[in-house]
Amino acid sequence: CSQNLDLVPTNDITADMAFSTPEGYKSALAKVYGSFATTSGRGPGESDLGGIDAGTSDFLRLYWNAQELTTDEAICAWLGDPGIPDLNYMSWNSSHIMLRGLYTRSIYQITVANEFLRESTDEKLNQRGISGPEAQEIAHYRLEARFLRAFQYWVLMDLFGNPPFITETDGIGKVPPRQITRAELFGYVESELLDLETQLNDAHQNEYGRADKAAAWALLARMYLNAETYLGTGNGKYTEAITYATKVIDAGYALMENYRHLFLADNDQNNPEVILSINYDGIQTQNNGGTTFLINSSVHSSMGPASFGIPNGGWGGNRSRSTLPLAFDDHSGATDTRAMFMGDQLDIEDPSLFTQGLAVAKFRNVTSSGENGRSVNGVFCSTDFPLFRLAEQYLIYAEAVLRGGNGGSTAQAIAYINRLRERAYGNTSGNVTSISLDGILNERSRELYWEAFRRTDLIRYGRFTSGDYLWPFKGGVANGAGVESYRTLFPIPAADLIANPNLTQNTGY
Amino acid sequence: QGGAITGRVVDEQGQPLLGASVQVKELRRTASTDEDGRFALPDIANGTYTVAVTYVGYLPAEKRVPVSGAEQVADFELKPDEQFLSEVVVIGYGTQQRRDLTGSVATVSSREFQSGTITTPEQLIAGKVAGVQITSSGGRPGAGSTIRVRAGASLNASNDPLIVVDGVPLAVGEVPGVSNPLSLINPNDIETFTVLKDANATAIYGSRASNGVILITTKKGTGSRTAINFSTQHALATVDRKVDVLSADQIRDYVNANGSEAQKQLLGSANTDWQNEIYRPAYTTDNNLSIAGRAGDLPYRVSAGFLNQDGVLMSDRLQRTSAAISASPMLFNNTLKVDINLKGSHTRSRFANQDGIGASIQFDPTQPVRTDNAFGGYWEWLQYDADNDRHVPNPNAPRNPVGLIELKDDQGDAYRSFGNIQLDYALPFVEGLHANLNLGYDVSRGKGGVFIPAIAAQRFSTAGEVTRYQTDIFNRVGEFYLNYTRQLAGINGHINATAGYGYYDNKSRINNYNRTSEDGTVLSEPAFPFDEPQNRLISYYGRLIYTHADRYILSGTIRTDGSSRFASENRWGVFPSVGLTWRIRDEPFLRDNRVFSDLKLRLSYGVTGQQDGIANYSYLPNYVSSANESMYQFGDTFYYMHTPLAYDRDIRWESTATYNAGIDYGFLDGRIHGSVDVYFKKTKDLLSVIPIPVGTNFSNLLLTNVGNMENSGVEWSINTTPVRGEAFTWDVGFNFTFNTNKVTNLTNVDDPNYLIEQGGITGSTGNHIQAHVVNYAPYSFRVHKQVYDQNGRPLEGVYADLNGDGTINDDDRYFYKSPLPRYLLGFTSQLEYRQFTLTTVLRANIGNYVYDNVSSNFGSRYNVLDPNGPINNAPVDFLNTGFVQKQYTSDYYIHNASFLKMDNLSLSYRIDNLLRGSGSSLTVSANVQNVFTVTKYKGVDPEISNGIDNQFYPRPRTFTLGLNLGF
Repeated sequence: CSQNLDLVPTNDITADMAFSTPEGYKSALAKVYGSFATTSGRGPGESDLGGIDAGTSDFLRLYWNAQELTTDEAICAWLGDPGIPDLNYMSWNSSHIMLRGLYTRSIYQITVANEFLRESTDEKLNQRGISGPEAQEIAHYRLEARFLRAFQYWVLMDLFGNPPFITETDGIGKVPPRQITRAELFGYVESELLDLETQLNDAHQNEYGRADKAAAWALLARMYLNAETYLGTGNGKYTEAITYATKVIDAGYALMENYRHLFLADNDQNNPEVILSINYDGIQTQNNGGTTFLINSSVHSSMGPASFGIPNGGWGGNRSRSTLPLAFDDHSGATDTRAMFMGDQLDIEDPSLFTQGLAVAKFRNVTSSGENGRSVNGVFCSTDFPLFRLAEQYLIYAEAVLRGGNGGSTAQAIAYINRLRERAYGNTSGNVTSISLDGILNERSRELYWEAFRRTDLIRYGRFTSGDYLWPFKGGVANGAGVESYRTLFPIPAADLIANPNLTQNTGY
Repeated sequence: QGGAITGRVVDEQGQPLLGASVQVKELRRTASTDEDGRFALPDIANGTYTVAVTYVGYLPAEKRVPVSGAEQVADFELKPDEQFLSEVVVIGYGTQQRRDLTGSVATVSSREFQSGTITTPEQLIAGKVAGVQITSSGGRPGAGSTIRVRAGASLNASNDPLIVVDGVPLAVGEVPGVSNPLSLINPNDIETFTVLKDANATAIYGSRASNGVILITTKKGTGSRTAINFSTQHALATVDRKVDVLSADQIRDYVNANGSEAQKQLLGSANTDWQNEIYRPAYTTDNNLSIAGRAGDLPYRVSAGFLNQDGVLMSDRLQRTSAAISASPMLFNNTLKVDINLKGSHTRSRFANQDGIGASIQFDPTQPVRTDNAFGGYWEWLQYDADNDRHVPNPNAPRNPVGLIELKDDQGDAYRSFGNIQLDYALPFVEGLHANLNLGYDVSRGKGGVFIPAIAAQRFSTAGEVTRYQTDIFNRVGEFYLNYTRQLAGINGHINATAGYGYYDNKSRINNYNRTSEDGTVLSEPAFPFDEPQNRLISYYGRLIYTHADRYILSGTIRTDGSSRFASENRWGVFPSVGLTWRIRDEPFLRDNRVFSDLKLRLSYGVTGQQDGIANYSYLPNYVSSANESMYQFGDTFYYMHTPLAYDRDIRWESTATYNAGIDYGFLDGRIHGSVDVYFKKTKDLLSVIPIPVGTNFSNLLLTNVGNMENSGVEWSINTTPVRGEAFTWDVGFNFTFNTNKVTNLTNVDDPNYLIEQGGITGSTGNHIQAHVVNYAPYSFRVHKQVYDQNGRPLEGVYADLNGDGTINDDDRYFYKSPLPRYLLGFTSQLEYRQFTLTTVLRANIGNYVYDNVSSNFGSRYNVLDPNGPINNAPVDFLNTGFVQKQYTSDYYIHNASFLKMDNLSLSYRIDNLLRGSGSSLTVSANVQNVFTVTKYKGVDPEISNGIDNQFYPRPRTFTLGLNLGF
């Protein structure tokens, strides 16, 4: 009789069925990528993660909040939402719901990548009768899964420092993974990327949305630039940063002619600048996070949501702190077109009022020709988010040169900076003749603001926590105040500390 | 010289009574009756004697018998003892007399049911049984209830009791198309509720019994006479309590005093009471006809009912048509007893858009209901869309409550039929051996859809919305058991043994359809056209009841269940129980006692299980393909995502060990009777959603068996008849429940600070107000401690620094009270004076707390003067706080919601012999439900089962006139 108790679901499938065909592998690869683009495979109302609101459990939304709301670039009005005030005011603790969500999202994507690697070994492909060119193609998928895993380990290293460490050799079960130190993790990510940079598809040779060699170079360059943050003062790897930034720069990428077009709904088309993006679609990749969050939370009903391609959206949450527009000599946009601000009140008295502080109109769900981006309801957005783009590599090159790296020149660095400024000004009127480290930091803010770089940059410059550099409401004080230096790392979430006895909390928490 | 006394003892129907005790009082001579009910007492000296007959379950009878040399005949016809001691009580797989019960079992029969407009069966016994809490979800017609027997034993799996109707365990879960699947059962067909509470009573149901078992027996045809009964009820329901919000003038004053010029410009000149606009008096009619009788040898009952109930929220409606047939023939010389029960019903519901309730509290009272616009003529908050030169609804504003309701057409049809055929065969050759076969089914179909036109502001974003659904549910039950009873004369004992097998299969088919806009544009498309979830349970069970000397009763049960929800190594669970009963009243030393009519001690222990609430396949490592809106783009192509699902190979039964001690007592010939029970329940392997080490599975949380919870309580019931006379009788019943429970473990790593957030609240993203945590009651509120100024006004955002670290953050929240009442009280009174009957039911919950989410969400300056555009209304509590921003986590919003309610007050007048000699009767009744509520809580209703008061559908006050005609 007990045989009668073996029931199987109607629509779910076993791993062997999921991976029975090459197409199945591609769908599994779509999940490895899709893990940072969606909250779940069951629509925007569900989540792969537990313990957090589904719409908030998306990678970019959480990553962006952690990298931007904690800095001089952005502040959010939603003080009633748990977690928001703590980011605005730099007062998070180890039970912070969004930091826990981000940590979990990053490791989730790693876990899915590990599963893909377990299911795509030569042995498994043999068992399933997949061989020849199809098997070779799947071998490429494996490399990309490893790249995405390395990317998320870089995120964890940058934000949390000492995360748990799992690879495809750890199966699914309840055995708690070990903790890896930040320095050890640096070595792991570096060795993975160095291995991948020779094997991934050549730059421009992969499908849109999939990682290639340039993506590995770009991540290596970014990681080397921040090596002193990860490995300690004196352990800089600026020469390597120049080496890999140069590889990207020489790989045939070009700046998008119009800066604004980088952040529009059709930025997946004819985009020479972006190396790797997270892809969203307002119909087929719906998400309440991602660029849907970025655009809707930056737009208020009084700003005309329809002109942002979200006629039914506009959640009025994130806008700039005065430090961001003031980083531009002229924040009207009339000279430096990268300044895309709206509103007339620069200063914030009450952080819960969206209309205080200039709104940021950088991301929009409209196409370069003015059409609305694809959207099922006028809220979900189709704008892709650039994870790596050429401009960053110029800035890495310049900064690494200034920080003493070999293999580059100041003249070249100035030339790269001026390429960005010429695009921004439309002519050479904004060009510089000399550069400084402070100037690079400001240039990064002007070029890369709201693209989730700022926290990492401020930490590299030693300005994230200290009282020497202040911004409005830093530390919860209207004029700004320094916070504890341990806040350069986020805490390991308390929930995982409880669940995983191998983990030790980061200093200070 | 002497004679003899002989005679025959029969029951009311003339059936012989075997084993009745006949005593000649003066001589202390006794005899018992034989199978034919006959007795003989020879050698009686001449004289006149008192002959007394006693028989369990019947009233004693006496006769004066003169004996003068010859044989004197004295026949007795015993009347059943109306007292409930003799009552036959349904227990799992059999029946028992109440006096012999070893478990904690409470019954409520139709005579004691709550009266008035009762649409859904569980409401019949609200407040009637100690240890049972029945809380309706609100005032919607046919609204479901949260039923908790001894507060439930689970955290994350189901806390609902198993409900068995005439031997058919009802399917668990929702039926789409109707607000509550139990409302598909017509309460008028129900004869008795039997609530099995302790493990000795429930463990025969094994793995589904941890939350108690409710056995429902429906009405059957019994007597020989054909009885036709027709009843009709007409009721009017009214909303008596609404949320107390600011008036239009108060809003105007506030905005003019505090708002910007732009905000002042927004004010309207109307005085709209939005709650008045959406609520209405609602009419209900309920008509039932039944015919019970005997066709030849076939006792039968057929019934039909028609209910049409409007909800007090505009457009809400429930229509129910139901029919029931039962037949219970005895075949083959009464050796084969057949019971056939068939029930069928169809409901058609229109579900009012309950979003209108919250909107009616918040919407600006200075605006009119209607205006001339493109959104159906309902006044809405609009904003200018320059690109298209038109006005569109402000996405951040509430919607017109009347528009929300009138422009959403949400209708459902549900069909349900269940029934069974039960064959009980007295096997030849072996006396006392019965074979019982029970084949049952419970099928339902729910279907319906929602239509919102494109002009509706509520779905402006998608140009309307059209959805549909259809689900078919098919459950099969097969049970077979053998029952053997035997008197063991040699050792003065009696055994009653049962052994059986059960098979339960639950299957649904859920059809998925596109969601479209009004013009058919596809908004979302299901990934799969249908799903067919299924689970199955296979059971073996046994019970042995050994009665010694009619006083000592030992009962043991064991059940082993196998469930398809678990991996093969965890599949089978064993659930034993043992109970001991001592009928102290029947001890020789109490035989002549006049005070006690009953005294019985019950002790029991048992283990039960729980699996409902666990997903069907959660132990399997499966992949699911993604939905159409969850694809990922490579190149220009979108790919479905093969998503691995989190799973727990080790998931297994929750098990609850229950200890119970009880005393059943009766005094003064049963005019006072009742019982006291003390229980302790310990649940282990409680399913808990715990954080697992991140990276070890395809989620960070996993439902697994780690938790422990303890539950203890006292139940006391007393029923008295203070007055019992020819013309005037007064019955009073009272029950009392004390329950306390706490979580004792939640994780597999010991950490007292670990908590699982519960109770998501409205108004922000991701805020929770409750949590499970060790050493507190489940669903305890987790809040900041509010600091008040000298005048007792809460200081905005000022909370006590409970951990003393100098900053106020999430770590300073503490656990403060829970929604679970500590005490439940129920009171029933029934006064009969000649043909008049006056009954009332009162209920009280003490120690239950409620979070006022209405005030926490709307009671702030930024709600009234919304920076996103609109002017909004606020509950009057806003005047007490004056909060600028919403203070969701303040304990200011936790209120004591203890209450006393009069559920019911009813007066009826009965005319017998309406038509002379026909046995006909007419009863006219008038009834008020929800008569009054005494509480300090200021919200709409203190009785909210999850303890979060938000958008609550008010329970109406209902006035019912009824007519019942029987002949």
